[in-house]
Amino acid sequence: MIRKLFYFSSPQNFYPLAGKLWPLFACLATALTVWGLWLGMFVAPTDVQQGEGYRIIYVHVPVSWMSMVIYLAMAFWALLGLTFNTRISGMLTCALAPTGAIFAFLSLWTGALWGKPMWGAWWVWDARLTSELILFFLYLGFIALTSAIDDARRADKAGAILALVGALNVPVIYFSVKWWNTLHQGASVSLTKGSSMQQTMLEAMLIMAVAFWMYAIAMTLYRVRSIILVRERHSQWVADLPEVKAKSLEARA
Amino acid sequence: MSAFAAVLKRDLVLALRRKNEVITSVFFFVVVAALFPLGIGPEMNTLRLVGPGILWVGALLASMLSLSRMFAADDADGSLEQMALSPNSLSVLVAAKILAHWLLSGLPLVLLAPVLGLQFDLSANALWILTLSLLLGTPILSLIGAIGAALTLGVRGGDVLLTLLVLPLYVPALVFGAGAVQAEISGLGASAHLSILSAMVLVAAVFSPWASAAALRVALES
Repeated sequence: MIRKLFYFSSPQNFYPLAGKLWPLFACLATALTVWGLWLGMFVAPTDVQQGEGYRIIYVHVPVSWMSMVIYLAMAFWALLGLTFNTRISGMLTCALAPTGAIFAFLSLWTGALWGKPMWGAWWVWDARLTSELILFFLYLGFIALTSAIDDARRADKAGAILALVGALNVPVIYFSVKWWNTLHQGASVSLTKGSSMQQTMLEAMLIMAVAFWMYAIAMTLYRVRSIILVRERHSQWVADLPEVKAKSLEARA
Repeated sequence: MSAFAAVLKRDLVLALRRKNEVITSVFFFVVVAALFPLGIGPEMNTLRLVGPGILWVGALLASMLSLSRMFAADDADGSLEQMALSPNSLSVLVAAKILAHWLLSGLPLVLLAPVLGLQFDLSANALWILTLSLLLGTPILSLIGAIGAALTLGVRGGDVLLTLLVLPLYVPALVFGAGAVQAEISGLGASAHLSILSAMVLVAAVFSPWASAAALRVALES
């Protein structure tokens, strides 16, 4: 099993696997998004206090979850890359970062859209908003660092160290801003207390969460394929790929 | 240990031979602290409220000014490579450089802060807590900054990049540092904030030299 996993740590072997997997995850993401949005927009009842405006929760909450999960995933691949020195780990870390940054941005944006009618302000300096903003900055810092370094191997390792330092810091940042100020409503879903939401609402939100999860995997696999092609462009196996061969024949003709 | 002392002494001597670098960042701190009242207005009640935060942010930016120079000169003349090759652990040598950076860019700010605090009409108690929180907090800035400086060593546009990497990581130190003074002013007492700051210094002191050394090795490899 372990040997099987290390087999895929080579870009040459991972490339076709990613090529087979990403359409699968993309299809799942599309289907689940349609289902989740239908449940959330048409089936789920109107909220007593917040009216129809609360429905942005079906995007806002899953997107915020994903922005945090993706940072953890980056830290995981960073750790793996630093310990085993596998090349694909660094590429996956780089491929995850833009998706994570987009989720963090969307979380801030949908949060602002939700905050305006509910709290009467686009932005408040509340713990969870602030830590989400800082998470967004961490993503931008990671992307800026890895794209500023030309040597791909050095970029991967430097990025991995940064991702790990950031991951150590995220809980500290979260609790420091939490004690600093809090106005955000308490979490509606928590592992310890169970949920305070209505059943359909919860279902729709969880479906959307899985949908975004699938989307993130599909995008990451798609992006990692491009990264592999760019980094390995001088190697023979890339030149032998049918799609690359067709292109180069086209260019010659 | 002798290697630690040697690197520390060397960095201090080098800095004292070129005093303007140290003086620049201290002067920056003073100017920033003087600019804020000009922007906000001379209303003392407002200034008393925002003073701790302004002094903390000023200290944070001032200590960041000299960060990019922490390893750059040693990298340029090759002594950093010699340090990496030496039988002494690179982490220990990096710890010495971090301590030197704090002595040169953090400690002067700590000593100056009470004087600048007077401009914001802080009470004696608040001034004392401000100094204490900076004394505990500025080492965190040097420790975290060292990781950023090592990661961006020799990178295109490294200076600007460094600020982007390091500033978000400074947030906890800022929150509890400035928060300690606010808590003291509001009568809550600052001991909780100061305890958390000390905990953060200790954790950073354990991890940062190690992570910075790893980042330096990555930078030197290529």
